[in-house]
Amino acid sequence: MISSIIFCILFLSGSLFFAINVKKIRRNILLGRDVDLSGNKDSRLKTMMLVAFGQQKMFSKPIPAILHLFLYAAFIITQIELIEIIVDGVSGSHRVFRPSLGGFYTFMVSFIEILSVLAFIGTIAFLSRRNLIKIPRLTQNELNGWPKLDANLILLAELTLICFIFMMNGADEVLYSKRLSHAQNLNDDSLNLSISKHLGPLIFGGLSEQGLHTAERIGWWGHIAMVFGFLNYLPFSKHLHIVLGFPNTYFSNLQKKGKFATLESVTDVVAPNFDPAYVPKTDPNNPQRFGVKDVQDLTWKNLLDAYTCTECGRCTSACPQNITGKKLSPRKIMMDTRDRLEEVGKNIDANKGTFVDDGKSLFDYITKEEIWACNTCNACVQECPVNIDPLAIIMDMRRFLVMEESKAPNELNLMFNNTENNGAPWQFSPSDRANWTKEI
Amino acid sequence: MSEIKVNTMAEMLAAGETPEILFWVGCSGSFDDRAKKITKAIVRILDHVKIKFAILGMEESCTGDPAKRAGNEFLFQMQAMQNINVLNGYGVKKIVTGCPHCFNTIKNEYPSLGGNYEIVHHTQLVQELIDQGKLTVQGGVFKGKKIVFHDPCYLGRGNDIYEAPREVIKKLDVELAEMKRSRAKGLCCGAGGAQMFKEAEKGTKEVNNERAEEALGLNPDIIAVGCPFCNTMMTDGVKHFNKEDKTKVLDVAELIASANDL
Repeated sequence: MISSIIFCILFLSGSLFFAINVKKIRRNILLGRDVDLSGNKDSRLKTMMLVAFGQQKMFSKPIPAILHLFLYAAFIITQIELIEIIVDGVSGSHRVFRPSLGGFYTFMVSFIEILSVLAFIGTIAFLSRRNLIKIPRLTQNELNGWPKLDANLILLAELTLICFIFMMNGADEVLYSKRLSHAQNLNDDSLNLSISKHLGPLIFGGLSEQGLHTAERIGWWGHIAMVFGFLNYLPFSKHLHIVLGFPNTYFSNLQKKGKFATLESVTDVVAPNFDPAYVPKTDPNNPQRFGVKDVQDLTWKNLLDAYTCTECGRCTSACPQNITGKKLSPRKIMMDTRDRLEEVGKNIDANKGTFVDDGKSLFDYITKEEIWACNTCNACVQECPVNIDPLAIIMDMRRFLVMEESKAPNELNLMFNNTENNGAPWQFSPSDRANWTKEI
Repeated sequence: MSEIKVNTMAEMLAAGETPEILFWVGCSGSFDDRAKKITKAIVRILDHVKIKFAILGMEESCTGDPAKRAGNEFLFQMQAMQNINVLNGYGVKKIVTGCPHCFNTIKNEYPSLGGNYEIVHHTQLVQELIDQGKLTVQGGVFKGKKIVFHDPCYLGRGNDIYEAPREVIKKLDVELAEMKRSRAKGLCCGAGGAQMFKEAEKGTKEVNNERAEEALGLNPDIIAVGCPFCNTMMTDGVKHFNKEDKTKVLDVAELIASANDL
C-alpha cells in the first residue's frame, strides 16, 4: 500500500515535471517563424519510417550503426515492459501479465533481456569510443565541458539502468525457483528468462531470503527511478533525438537539396520592376527581416532541428571546411542555435512571458568567420541521420549580413558589383560574352 | 576541325527558326579561358549529332547563383527575373547547361519566380544521346586509361544525379575508379557557396588540395569533372602536388569530344 502511494507520487510528479519541460520546449520551438510543412503526408510518413524508425542513414557508418541499433531496439522494446512495471507499481501486483500471457510473456521479457545485454555491450563500446579510442568527431573542441559530460552521463545512466534490470530479474529468478517470489507461481520452477535464469543464481544464489527480496526491490525501484530520472533529464540533455527524431524526419525537406528557399519578402520588392501587376505575397503591415539575426527569425523547423541534434558530429566530419581546419562546424551551428534559443526561453520565463531585448543575437554565438566559410555543399545535410539542415541556418545568417547589414566580405561585394554591372561575377564586359563563338 | 556556326536565339528568331534546345553557356563557360574549352566541346557534340541549338549570346546574364549562395537574394532575384524575361520572351522549352550551378538554379530556383523549363546538365544530355543511338562513343585515345570522377555538389547531392556522368565515362572503355568520398559522400572541390570569389578562412589546408590529394591517391590518368568551377579547383590542386604531367583534369564533355575526334 505504502509502496503504491510512493510509486504513484513518483509517477505523477515525474510525468508532471516532464510535461512542464516539454511544454517549454514546444513554446521555444514555436518562437520560430511559421512555415507550412503540412502537405505530402505520404512522403513524409515514408521518410519518417525509413530515416527515424528504420535508421536508414545511420548505416552509412556500419559499426556505430549496429551498436546504436542495439540501444535503439532495447529502448523501443523495453517500453512494453514498462507498462507492466507501471501497473505493478500502482496496484501492488507483481509480474501482473505473466499468468495471462504465459509463454509469450517469457518470450517478451527474454527478448528484452537479450537486447539489454546487447545494449550493455553497445554502451560500453560508445563510452570507449568517446573516452578511450577518442574518435575525432566525438572529441572536437565544441564538445568540451557540458556536452562531453552530458554524453557520458547518458551512457552511464544506460549502464546503470541495465544493471538494475538484471538485478530485478536475476534476484526474482532465484526467489521464484525457491517459490518465494511475489509473482504468481504457475507450477514451474523458473521464470525462464533467457539471461537472468543463468545470471541470477550466479550472482544472487548465495543471498538469504531477505537479501534476495531486498536485491529484487532495489533492482525494481532502481530501474523505475532511472526511467523517470532519465525522462526528466532528457529536456536538459542533447538526447531529445530519441523523441524528436520522429517529428523532425517527418517534417524533412522533401525537395532537392540544391533548391534553396526563395524569399518572398524579396520577391515582393523585386517583382514589381518586371511585372507592374504583381500582387505582393507578404503582409506589408508586418514587414519581415531579410535573413536571420536571432532565433525568432528562424523557422520552427530550424528550431526543431536544434532540439533534435544529438551532437553526433557526422555533419562536421563530412564538412569540407572543417576537415581542412576551418572554424566552421555544422554541429556547432546546431548547438549554438539551441543554446541561444534556451537563453531566449529563459529570458521569457524571467519576464512573465515576454522576451525582453538582451542586446544579444545568434551572432553572439555563431561568428561571421564560420558563416562565410561554408561551401553550401550539403554534405552536412546529407550526413545527418535525423535530417537536420544546418545549411539553412548558415544561409539565412548570410542573408542578414548581406541584405540588412551590408557586411559581406569585400571580395564578395566585388562579385556582387560585377554581377550587377556586367552580368557575370567577374569583371568582364557583357559584350564579350559570346566571343568564344568566333574561336570554334 | 570544321568551323561551327553558333546561332543566338535572336538570329534564329530572325531566320524564322526554332531551336530544339537552348545551350545555357554560363559565365565561366563564356569568359574563363579553361572553361571555354568545355563550352566548345559541348558545342562540337551538339553540332556532331545535328541538334538544332542556340545560345542567348549577349542576352545571357549570370543566373544569380553566386549572389544567392552569398546571401544576396535581391541580386539573385533581379538576375533571375531578368533571365526569365528573356527566356520566356523566346518561348524557350528545353535548356542544356555546361555548369551544375546554372543547372541547379534554373531547375530549382527559377520556377517559383515564373521560369519553367525542361533542363538537363550536359552529362545527362550526352547520356541521352548515347542511349538514343544518336551518339556513338568509343574509347579512342582514352581506351584503358584510369579515370576518376569527382562529383559536383550541385549535380550530385544537390540534384541526385550521380550516374549520368559515370555511364558516359564508362562508354570510353576506361577503368573508372572511385574515391572513398564519392556520390552522396563526395567532397566539395572548395568553390561552392561563393568561395570561388573569396579567400578561404584560416585553416590548415585548402579544400581543393584535400580533394585533389584524394583523387591523386588513386593515381589516375584523368580526373573527370562536370563543372567548370570544379575544373579550376581540381586543376589547381593537381598543380599543387606537381602532378599536372601525369594527371589531367578534363570535363566529361571534353572526354567525349576528344574520343570522337570532334
